This record gives sequence, structure tokens and C-alpha cells, in this order.
Amino acid sequence: MPFETDLLIHQSVKGRCGVDLPTPEVRNRTGQNLRESIGLPEVSEPQVMRHYTRLSHQNYSIDENFYPLGSCTMKHNPRLNEKLARLEGFAHLHPLQSEEHSQGALEVIYQLTDWLKKLSGMPGLTLDPAAGAHGELTGMMMVRKAHEAKGNPRKIVLVPDSAHGTNPATAATCKYTIVTIKTGDDGMVDMDAFNAAVKEHGEDIAAFMLTNPSTCGLFEPNVKVIADTLHDIGAYFYCDGANFNAIVGKVLPGDLGIDVMQINLHKTFSTPHGGGGPGSGPVMVSEALVPYLPIPYVEKKKDGTFALVKENETSIGRIKGFHGQFGMMIRALAYMMSHGADGLQKVAEDAVLNANYILHNLKDDFHVPYPGPCMHECLLTHKKQKEHGVTTMNIAKALLDAGYHPMTVYFPLVVDGAMLIEPTETESRETMDGFIAAMKTIAKRAQDGDATAFHAQPQTTFRKRLDETQAARKPVLVEDK
Amino acid sequence: MDIPSHLKYTAEHEWLEIEGNIVTIGITDFAQSSLGDVVFVELPEEGAEVSKGDHFAVVESVKAASEVYTPISGKVVEINTDLVDAPDMVNSNPFGDAWFVKIQMSDTEELEDALDASAYEAYVEGIQ
Repeated sequence: MPFETDLLIHQSVKGRCGVDLPTPEVRNRTGQNLRESIGLPEVSEPQVMRHYTRLSHQNYSIDENFYPLGSCTMKHNPRLNEKLARLEGFAHLHPLQSEEHSQGALEVIYQLTDWLKKLSGMPGLTLDPAAGAHGELTGMMMVRKAHEAKGNPRKIVLVPDSAHGTNPATAATCKYTIVTIKTGDDGMVDMDAFNAAVKEHGEDIAAFMLTNPSTCGLFEPNVKVIADTLHDIGAYFYCDGANFNAIVGKVLPGDLGIDVMQINLHKTFSTPHGGGGPGSGPVMVSEALVPYLPIPYVEKKKDGTFALVKENETSIGRIKGFHGQFGMMIRALAYMMSHGADGLQKVAEDAVLNANYILHNLKDDFHVPYPGPCMHECLLTHKKQKEHGVTTMNIAKALLDAGYHPMTVYFPLVVDGAMLIEPTETESRETMDGFIAAMKTIAKRAQDGDATAFHAQPQTTFRKRLDETQAARKPVLVEDK
Repeated sequence: MDIPSHLKYTAEHEWLEIEGNIVTIGITDFAQSSLGDVVFVELPEEGAEVSKGDHFAVVESVKAASEVYTPISGKVVEINTDLVDAPDMVNSNPFGDAWFVKIQMSDTEELEDALDASAYEAYVEGIQ
């Protein structure tokens, strides 16, 4: 049972030390220590161990239970990945080691690039970006550079209102003005609004940023028409591939006319997400954008060895120190190779099947804004429960007491009180049945007029109901003690 | 839900109080209740020129950040600086203390699209 524990710095007792430190030898010019104190907590080793072990007990992770956070793809990370990433030759490799002594690592990068090119049907790729949003930025920097090379960077980027929030943020960072495209009643891009925007802004449009499958858990049926329309005005088609899990091995984004797409290794290819590990956001590009890919990248030489290409005049340049999140690349490649091409297809199929299983079982208990079938995640709202004074936030808090991490709440913004549920393919039917039962119980409690009890939840967590409003209005950023 | 009859409204859930060529703009009771507890409001600078359809302010609640659009073109002549310090006024008094800006209109004809209280009430019922 977790219990209250003070910050390590408050547990500090002057003079206590967990290790036997040598007297520092570095002195300043007058022979004094450079600093008298460095302000570290003075604690013993068992104090440190207990502190962090206790904190870890208050955590919730995918290794404990179901984690259906929509658009985040919290899937199980196979331990095989971890074993391979810890191989000495990878784990102890220094990024400044010579190419000759890094051939194995370079081959991993090369092979992963090859796999991703095949899975995307797109000819160019960078593995450098450190996460999805960094991948978006890299992609849009290439778009801007490509337009500049033609003499006009253009002014506008079109973004649907259901997009990941990072999309408009990325376009704005690349100095573009955002024009929002409304979502239609069916949850898809409103084609009338899209066509009207294209007509109004024409060749001022640099790109359209579409999340596909969308944050409503739907595959955009007009994707090819959208691509052709954009190409007719010389604009690029950006696809946010954060939800690639739903289509991997089933659809080649290159066939859809997509010019640039970031994917998230840490979602689709299981590298630890929410497990404390870093992300990795490779970007795939069409032929038109290949010249602008960041440096460095890995090339296979005629003699079969691998080399880093560090110079390329047309490139947008370096976007990350060294070679991106290499540890994640090992894990992703291990995941791909252990699944094989057929296994990856099954990943997408099972992810979609599982989401539809949940949607089907909850469709009578919760309001479904867009009728299924859905892709890898299903969207519900609190409409039915709100009539009884129970909102999405209350439902999320009640799930905590049922032992589940809540789904994504209040996103996407295009529906009121959104609950976005992504079970992923790694969950068994029994696990999902448990979650479905918990959701049904919550729906029944709401209908039975249990609103007051909802407002007091959660009761079983270490901290009870937190005041989110006060936390946002008056955040305590510096501890005063 | 409160919909004062003397104000005009937009489909984006803003209210407009028109005095001569000055329009005071805020967000409606429906908007604040949909947003939930408002924790942050960002306003334009005084003197800023805005065009119809531009977003001129941002309202952030515990659920989401939303943009506020102006239904008219003109010049921002006054902003409600009290609102920046006490964004909770948007929840407690959306039609009173929580006005956002006063805009000097450059074209009063743009107001023709604005809804009166009964039309706005019907519109809100339609989307609920």
C-alpha cells in the first residue's frame, strides 16, 4: 500500500551520505573548492531505493493493466525488444565511434529505413526526429523548403478541426497561417468546406494536414480526391500518421497520394510509450520532397558496408544531435522482424477488430456520434449520462476506481464530451470484457441517479478527487517550504 | 440557460452589445457551460485591427483551448484586462463582467448576419 512520502530533499540530513566519495581535487586558482555545496539531498541508499520504489507503486502502467488511451496506442512492448536493445554492442556504442566500428548500428538504421519504405510505399525517409511532433515539424520544414526552391514559400496550411493539436502548431511554427476545415456530420472532412477553401486560397495553400485514420477513429474516404485536388494547385499533402497502427500492412500511404507523413515508432511499433522511454517520429516523403530530407542518413556502399551521408546541399539540415533515438530504432526493427509482414497485417486487423468489439458492446449504453465500423479506436460521448448529471470527467474518475486508466477524454473537440477508446491489438477478449463490464456499470449508475457519488470519485486512488481547475488557475510551480 | 434578449448573437456562441459603431463582445452562457471551468483568457492588444472571421482571443478551460472569432471587422478600442487576471468571471458572469473586447466597426452591414435572442435560442436547441 503506498503511503505519504516526503521529497528526498526534505529527507536530507546534513552529513549523511550513501556512498564513499573521494575529496574533490578540482580547485580554483586560489586553492579553494569550486563550490562548497551542490545542494544534493543528503540521504542513504536505502532511503533513495524506498523513495523511488514507493513512487513507482503510485504509478499506473501498461504492464499492470488495460490502458485504452485513444490516439496514443498504449500497446504491450514485447520483452524481446528490450533484450535486443540491451545487447552490449548497441547499448555501449558511442555516437562518435567511427563508421568502421558502428557497422551493426548503421545496418539497423538502414534496414529499418528499408522496412518503413516498404510499409509506406514512399521513396524517402528520415529516422532522425525524436518524436511525432518533431517529425511533423521536420515534414513541414521540408514542405516549406520545397516551395521556397520553386520561388514562393506560400502562406496557408489547411487543417481539419479534428486534427491533432500539434498539426496547426507545427504549421504555425513554420510561419504558415492556419485555415481550419470543418468536420462534416459523418466525422469526415467536409468536402464542400475543403473545396471552398481551395477555391478561395488557391496557390497560396502550401499544404493540407490530415490525420488519417482520423481522431474520430475513421478512415477518410476522400483521401485520393483530396490528394489530387492539392496536387493540381501545387500544394503538398501532409498526413499525420500517428494512427498508422490501424492500417499498417493494409494500405500503402504512397498509393493515397500522400507527400509527407510522420509515423510514431513508439505507437505502431511498440517501442515504449508511456513507459518512460523516448519517442521516435520517422518521416516518409514522396519523390518530390526527397532532396530536402535531413542529414545525416545511412547509405549502403557497393562493397556492402554502410556509411553516413553528412552533406547534402538541398537538405533542410540537421534536426537532431547524432542519429535520432537509436534505442527506439532497435526496438522497432525487432518488433517488425519478429512479426514479419504477415504479422504486421494481423496487428492492424486485430487493432481494428478490438476497437469494434468495444464499440459494439457499448453502443447501447453510450452515445455513438459517428456510426461504426470504426478503425483502431472508437468514439463515444457522455450525451446519455449528462442528462443525469454525469459527465465524461466523472466517468473517467469512476474508471480509476474500477482499476482502469481512463480513455482519452474531451478529445477530439468536434464532439461534446468525447471519450476516445483505443484497446490496441495486444489485449485479450477477457481484458476487454472486464473493461466493457466496468463501463456498463458506470452507465447504469448514472442512469440510476448516482451523480453525487460520481462527484466524490475516485476513492481508491492514493490521491482522491483533485481540483483540476485550481491547479490550472493557480499552479504552484515553485515549492515553498 | 441565460440568453438576454437585448443582445445579438453569433453561431460561434459570442454575444454582441451594439452601441453606435462600438460593439462589445463576449461569449455566451452556453459557450461557458460547454467549455467548463475557464482557466486562462488571452486578449488582443488595444489598437489591433481585426477582420471578420479572424480569431482575436483564446479561451482555455480545463478541457480545451478554444479560439474566439470576431463577426465584424474593425479596430479593438478597449480590452477587458480584469478578465485576464480573473478568467473565472467567464463562468460566473458571462454576459456582464466577462466582456472580452470593444471593437469599433468599420462596416456595420456585417452585423446583418447576427442572430437575435430567439433565433440564437432556437440554434442552440438545434445543436444540443
